[in-house]
Amino acid sequence: MNLDALTSTTGEWLRGTGPESDIVISTRIRLARNLASFPFTHRATPQQRAEIESLLRDRITRLDLPHPLRYVSVAALAPLDRQLLVERQLISRELANGEGPRGVAFDDREAVSIMVNEEDQLRLQVMRSGLALEQAWHEIDHLDDLLEAKVCYAWHEQYGYLTACPTNVGTGLRASVMLHLPAIGLTRQFEKVLRSLQKINLVVRGLYGEGSRASGDFFQVSNQITLGRSETTVLSELQGVVSKILSYERNARAALMAEKRMELQDRVSRALGALQHATMMTSDETMELLSSVRLGINLGLLDDISMDAVNELFVQTQPSHLQKLVGGPLDGEERNAARARYLRTRLRHTA
Amino acid sequence: MRKCNRCHKQATLHITEILGEDQFEEHHLCEQCAHEYLYESPMGKKSPSPATTDDDEETAELNTRECPHCGLRLIDFRKSTRLGCPHDYEVFAEELNPLLENLHGETRHCGKTPRRLPQARQQQSELARLRRQLQSAVLQEAYEEAARIRDQIRQLEGL
Repeated sequence: MNLDALTSTTGEWLRGTGPESDIVISTRIRLARNLASFPFTHRATPQQRAEIESLLRDRITRLDLPHPLRYVSVAALAPLDRQLLVERQLISRELANGEGPRGVAFDDREAVSIMVNEEDQLRLQVMRSGLALEQAWHEIDHLDDLLEAKVCYAWHEQYGYLTACPTNVGTGLRASVMLHLPAIGLTRQFEKVLRSLQKINLVVRGLYGEGSRASGDFFQVSNQITLGRSETTVLSELQGVVSKILSYERNARAALMAEKRMELQDRVSRALGALQHATMMTSDETMELLSSVRLGINLGLLDDISMDAVNELFVQTQPSHLQKLVGGPLDGEERNAARARYLRTRLRHTA
Repeated sequence: MRKCNRCHKQATLHITEILGEDQFEEHHLCEQCAHEYLYESPMGKKSPSPATTDDDEETAELNTRECPHCGLRLIDFRKSTRLGCPHDYEVFAEELNPLLENLHGETRHCGKTPRRLPQARQQQSELARLRRQLQSAVLQEAYEEAARIRDQIRQLEGL
């Protein structure tokens, strides 16, 4: 399976469009499901895992969908290709680094992905650009219905959909909204946001962030409770929290523009300048600088560079994408030089 | 609302301890307990409570009870925080309910249900029965019998 063609494009979730896309990068909903008649993945024998994979692969590829899914065996992929799928958020790190028969099916928009033999045997995922919880829910609910007609889910009258980890049991639903909050960061109001969010679990992590480090002011908000609250309740609670954060960020942006416009202009121009001229660039620094540039575009402080280009660069400067784009494995220092070179080329024609 | 792991106040801080590659431990604590947790010595984190022998025996018995379907013991679950098979929710219901209450504030599902539920449930138990038969047929090297069961399973799965 050749995945190289993926590198020159971005998936649906990074299109940079959709409601509230000046702040909301993407919306993601996942459902965890298992088969009734097998042990959970980590306790299944290699033979059972192979059986589960071939059964699910068959059912998934026969789904009647407007955007057909193609199945990729993750076990058969080279490490760099696995990492590429992680960077595109089509698979989890856990699936990439796992063992045994496992795979993923995704469509050409990269809006739908179904992981097989992750912690749960099925992890359905729908991604949308911007804030689109309702839309994403309808799509994944439908996908779940189609699959459920073809396989027998593990289900319990009291506990709902059964999952390997009790943190996911019930609806098996995790909805996440990826937010870009540079003004909250600059005005040091993040604690205020945290305090107002005690009701909901706020997972702070980078758009990528190697390991768990958040970089570039990207934050992900997601629900934690999956048992005892319906999908629609959970989604509307999340929507409420996100709306509140959006207003904090908008207020912070307005205040910065009113009181510190010169400083802000300097910051975003310097960020673009560094991206256009530096000769060594780490992944974290790239994220931080692109974050400032993104803010500059949204506030009308930079006009010769498109949001599309910035969004593409977020993905393409990640380690595996970069190595695919320059055509070879690179160690840390070479990678930083290659990243800077790539950024210079891509941003050469802007002011 | 989730309760503090150490007292009964509302948990407001959720701490993830990174223990190593892909291994972590979650703590849900109220502000006061979180303060104690964060500033106590690393040794103090797992202060062994002086348990009586009776308690130890009870715990040992609890920990070694096995799921008849997948063989998971409670101690395995405590180590990996993953259950072994769908039946574990029934087998360990007593131990799981307080945990679920703590995690979700509820122990009863509310929301989507599979559409073809009654039919599916019959089929679930039939499939589970056939798989057990298949396994014992393979163990006894009764391959013809195994092939027959396998066909039955395929037919059921094919719907």
